[in-house]
Amino acid sequence: MSAAEPILPDIAAADASAAILVEKLNLWYGDFQALLDVDLRVRAGAITSLIGPSGCGKTTLLRSVNRINERLGYVRTTGGIRLWGLDVLDPMVELAQLRKQVGMIFQRPNPLPLSVRDNVLFGTRVHLPDGRPPNKAESDRIVEEALREVLLWDELKDSLDRRGTELSLEQQQKLCIARLLPVKPKLLLMDEPCSALDPAGTEAVEELIWKLRGDYTILIVTHNMAQARRASEECVFMLLGEIIEHSDTASMFLNPANSQTAAYVEGRYG
Amino acid sequence: MFEATARNRRNRKVEGLLRLLFLWMTCMLILPVALILGVLVVRGGPAISWEFLFTQPLDNMTAGGILPALVGTVWLVVVALIASVPVGVAAALYLSEYAPDNRLTRAINLAIINLAGVPSIVHALFGLGAFVIFFRFGTSILAASLTLAVMTLPVVIVATRESLQTVPLAFREACWNMGATRWQTIRKIVLPNAISGILTGVILEVSRTSGETAPIMFTGAAFFLPFLPQGVLDQTMAMSLHLFVISTQVPDVPEHMPFGVALVLISMVLAMNGLSIAFRVYLRGRKKW
Repeated sequence: MSAAEPILPDIAAADASAAILVEKLNLWYGDFQALLDVDLRVRAGAITSLIGPSGCGKTTLLRSVNRINERLGYVRTTGGIRLWGLDVLDPMVELAQLRKQVGMIFQRPNPLPLSVRDNVLFGTRVHLPDGRPPNKAESDRIVEEALREVLLWDELKDSLDRRGTELSLEQQQKLCIARLLPVKPKLLLMDEPCSALDPAGTEAVEELIWKLRGDYTILIVTHNMAQARRASEECVFMLLGEIIEHSDTASMFLNPANSQTAAYVEGRYG
Repeated sequence: MFEATARNRRNRKVEGLLRLLFLWMTCMLILPVALILGVLVVRGGPAISWEFLFTQPLDNMTAGGILPALVGTVWLVVVALIASVPVGVAAALYLSEYAPDNRLTRAINLAIINLAGVPSIVHALFGLGAFVIFFRFGTSILAASLTLAVMTLPVVIVATRESLQTVPLAFREACWNMGATRWQTIRKIVLPNAISGILTGVILEVSRTSGETAPIMFTGAAFFLPFLPQGVLDQTMAMSLHLFVISTQVPDVPEHMPFGVALVLISMVLAMNGLSIAFRVYLRGRKKW
């Protein structure tokens, strides 16, 4: 399919409330089809959670949005993914720009083996948003803003030279979120962001995610149904590579339309 | 219910015997090292003096010092390092950070393993043909060092690649997922955390290079040359060849002299290894994840 011949009609550009628009997405790992005709519309500025049993394709879907699946050479994709109306699968897309706009958080916090300050500034040094590395005063402001936004400033303002890898897991995960913010991403993808944390850390990071709602569109994969219920506005239930149900979180948990969804949210399998 | 049976007791006895056997074998390993060092210190120690280290050989190498050989070995090692480290590190970076797993990469890896297995005398003949004759460097420090560089390249590549691989993949992925290029990732994260291992590889190369005899025999090292080299196109004496010469080729060398040369050579190598260990300990102390 050529770039001149858009896969989707250009309604997404006009539809400003859709941050992600996935249409007829099929994905194969070698011979195994992991996603089947997935259609999804993710509302801008909202927190949408992807739930479903292991192997249902939710992480695959997440990783398709910033195209990090492609790093595994044996992945094949058909269909379309649009972010704010722009085709992401177009071969002309510059992956560095895509990944600047789409930040990603992983299961296991992965701060870099650098100081807290250099972790936060890493993105600005890679992307040079002003065409040059920030000077001392700008760096200080960027670090403070990002750490304040993730509620770490008061804890870490006196230890900005500590290594990111020495912090507690909760602080590490917040630092990983802070690290994305200075290059002003529009979309944050989170792959089970709390599953390596203790209950207190989970609560703190969930609160943070809830606080970031509105400023960023957030797509979050979770195994934890209670978390989806607490910390998301819309919920997508997936099973065996297909989207079974997509509704606002309250109605998915109170009146699921589909019997498989009902069985899953009640904990009868998964 | 919990008493030892005959079988338990027999197992315990076998266990004890095996442990003793393995301990004994391990001690056997230390024995040659201790003997070599001991003999060299006892028999070569009296030869060592300022005069021995810093004067020219005299009377057909049966008296005087070893200065030209000492300086020559330093020249050979430094020029070999300048030639092999950039190539070796670049190759290791390619293999570790860029190379896809395809036929070409596997062929390169095979070539490296084979290069490491080539006997040094074959490298010597290769150096003679390639550097001395084909490139017309003549028998010179340049030709000898390049031969040494080719020979030790696998050491640098393997040590560098292994130390690059100890940097966890998660750090690279974190960088890539923020849109950093491979090179940005290498420069900011991978290299700073792999540098200690790379330096260890380089120092190992130094100790290997300084002891090699065969590869330099036809390509740049002289039997007897009582001058210090002035540039890379000069011939030079070298410690390893000098040791061979005064041990086997020259009559009437006082017995303590070859032992003295061997002691100086092995001290250089041990000092380099010690430096590498100290350096590694220092850098490891600063590395935390």
